[in-house]
Amino acid sequence: MGEVAIHVEALGKCYRLGERADLTTTFREMLMGLPRKWAKTARRGIGRGAGRSGGDGEFWALRDINLQVAPGEVLGIIGQNGAGKTTLLKILSRITHPSEGRAEIHGRVGSLLEVGTGFHPELTGRENVYMNGAILGMRKREIDTKFDEIVAFAGVEQFLDTPIKRFSSGMTVRLAFAVAAHLEPEIMIVDEVLAVGDASFQRKCIGKMGEVAHSGRTILFVSHNLASVQMLCDRCVLLRRGRIEMEGETGEVLAHYLHTEYKSSEVAFDEKTERDGAGKARYRKIRLLNEQGRQVNAIAMGEGLTVELTFEVNDPPLRYPVFGVTINSPLGQPLLSMLTHQTHGQMPDSERGGAVRLHIERLDLLAGNYNLDIVVLEHSQIQDRIRRTINFDVTPRAVYPTGKLPKSHEAVMFAPLKWTSDYQ
Amino acid sequence: MAQAPPVTSPPKPVLEIRPPKGWIGLDLNELWDFRELLFFFSWRDIKVRYKQSLLGVAWAVLGPLAHTVVFVVIFGAIAKMPTDGLPKWLFYMPGLIIWEYFAGSLTNASNSLVRQAHILKKTYFPRLLIPLSGCLTPVVDLLIACVLLVGLMFVFGFTPAPSAFLIPLLLIMAMASALGMGLVFAALNVRYRDIHYALPLVTQLWKYCSVVVPFSEIPAEWGPWRFAFALNPMVGVVEGFRWCVSHPYMSMEQADAPMQTEAAFQAISEAVAPLELIAIGLPVTLLIFVFGLYYFKRMEKYFADIV
Repeated sequence: MGEVAIHVEALGKCYRLGERADLTTTFREMLMGLPRKWAKTARRGIGRGAGRSGGDGEFWALRDINLQVAPGEVLGIIGQNGAGKTTLLKILSRITHPSEGRAEIHGRVGSLLEVGTGFHPELTGRENVYMNGAILGMRKREIDTKFDEIVAFAGVEQFLDTPIKRFSSGMTVRLAFAVAAHLEPEIMIVDEVLAVGDASFQRKCIGKMGEVAHSGRTILFVSHNLASVQMLCDRCVLLRRGRIEMEGETGEVLAHYLHTEYKSSEVAFDEKTERDGAGKARYRKIRLLNEQGRQVNAIAMGEGLTVELTFEVNDPPLRYPVFGVTINSPLGQPLLSMLTHQTHGQMPDSERGGAVRLHIERLDLLAGNYNLDIVVLEHSQIQDRIRRTINFDVTPRAVYPTGKLPKSHEAVMFAPLKWTSDYQ
Repeated sequence: MAQAPPVTSPPKPVLEIRPPKGWIGLDLNELWDFRELLFFFSWRDIKVRYKQSLLGVAWAVLGPLAHTVVFVVIFGAIAKMPTDGLPKWLFYMPGLIIWEYFAGSLTNASNSLVRQAHILKKTYFPRLLIPLSGCLTPVVDLLIACVLLVGLMFVFGFTPAPSAFLIPLLLIMAMASALGMGLVFAALNVRYRDIHYALPLVTQLWKYCSVVVPFSEIPAEWGPWRFAFALNPMVGVVEGFRWCVSHPYMSMEQADAPMQTEAAFQAISEAVAPLELIAIGLPVTLLIFVFGLYYFKRMEKYFADIV
């Protein structure tokens, strides 16, 4: 005790609903809305301090957050989409302001909410390293000294003077991560950046993160990849609907999270949903149906499953769309990736959106809890991607003659099989 | 215990995060801390600008040249507008060059936040850096265009006037008013995308109020309207810049165009006017700048949430 790196007290963040969706407001609308707005502010002015929530279209993305992080500690933050993880990190990185409460940070902070922020396709690899480094808060001198190391880590030595628009996406991502990995503040705030690159580079990234984690730096780490949370973090905080639901040793929190994770057969997405992509198309809803076409949140092992995705097109037409669904293990490992251009062929262009259905004839997963990521692309550009959209259970069934099944940590799949023997 | 080696480090900086109350003060120390990032933003924009184009630097010359040709033909040759006794080329070009700097800065600054929305949502730095760098990058174009201007001055037999030491001041005036306005527009643009459409109209109209008519030609009987015209800081900047670069150096005998030079001398002798104009424009510039800064800092806290 005594020394603290991060101290958070009764922190909260409130959005007025519609505030985020205000993008298209025009001047005329503002002028016409002014009288109403003034009346509203006047009312809010009086009501302030009463601390009531939910009134007047308010939405608390985060509420009553109290946290202490000791120097050198690696704290994981987990929770569903929209639980407030990213909002918390954004407040602590000063990107957005809290609505109430306070936080104190002792030491130099570096935040990494994304890799490759500020990368420009026209600039060369070398130039982008400097640009990105500066945005992440590195000094030019610091970048100079680490430059060779960064480039070696990314493995792009020959392409340093090539504009990165000619880089493959893998190379770009490797370079971006390499810059980020060489950031050396006392306190690091990291959001979901490990999900980059191919499998071998991911291992390298996690290795590097582990190295950083054990170098005595304080790290706040948000990830959907529970496996990496488990590997890197000593302690974990579980957020649910903007509040801390549980705080404690990582194993316990993860177990609680997996156990209580909200299961449903249908999830609708709105502007509060955490997603990325260019936004020409947006998913509105995901539904799970069983073989009989009934909406379900569980199927038996080896049964068929239909995933119905409803989407809309914001900027028609959506050309050469590619839809994709990935089934992940509870720890976030992808098990099955189904993209239309690989598993089906070309999909028709879309003007207004609608539904697209993926029929999986049989799903040979062992009993357990799984979740789905969904994505839609135009050409090869991601338009919308939502991770861990929905969780569903696969219930046990006697698929083997013994009636027994492998344990969940032993395997995730089963197969129609038989053993024969030919020996003495 | 595996611990980081004890380092005798200075006391760690403590950062406090609280809900913002009203106006967030201008933190000059912090701005200074981030000077390198300002440099990188500007450096990136300059690089990208010249990399992406086929003609590269030539655009910085072609732009003002084409504008000047149009003005010389339309306002000079066809409309026969008076040019303060200066050769038409030397009347329009300096005005257009400095005007293009102003308009470029204003447009850059106004669109800067929206264009860099992505970065705003992912990292922290003083938001002011973005519009500020928007006003720095067009300086490069300005300098290149000035090479063209110097060439033209040589052709017509002009040198910079003794008043040329005022050029930095004029440049600062243009920058400060572009930044001031740009800050207001940038903050509004985050919320109301109308700005994006309104801006070209505003700069076009403003241009005609600033570079076409010499102030000396505005009839004295207009009285207060004359003064109102001078409130536009760019009138002072444009007239001042013209005054700074229009000193004829050739003697009357050797000049090819004695008429022009003679008229120019006369213009110089009457050239106290720009000083007055600058004196009126300076406080207006200051006002625009301070208001822009105030408005921007007041709106700053919402940028990342709504952009």
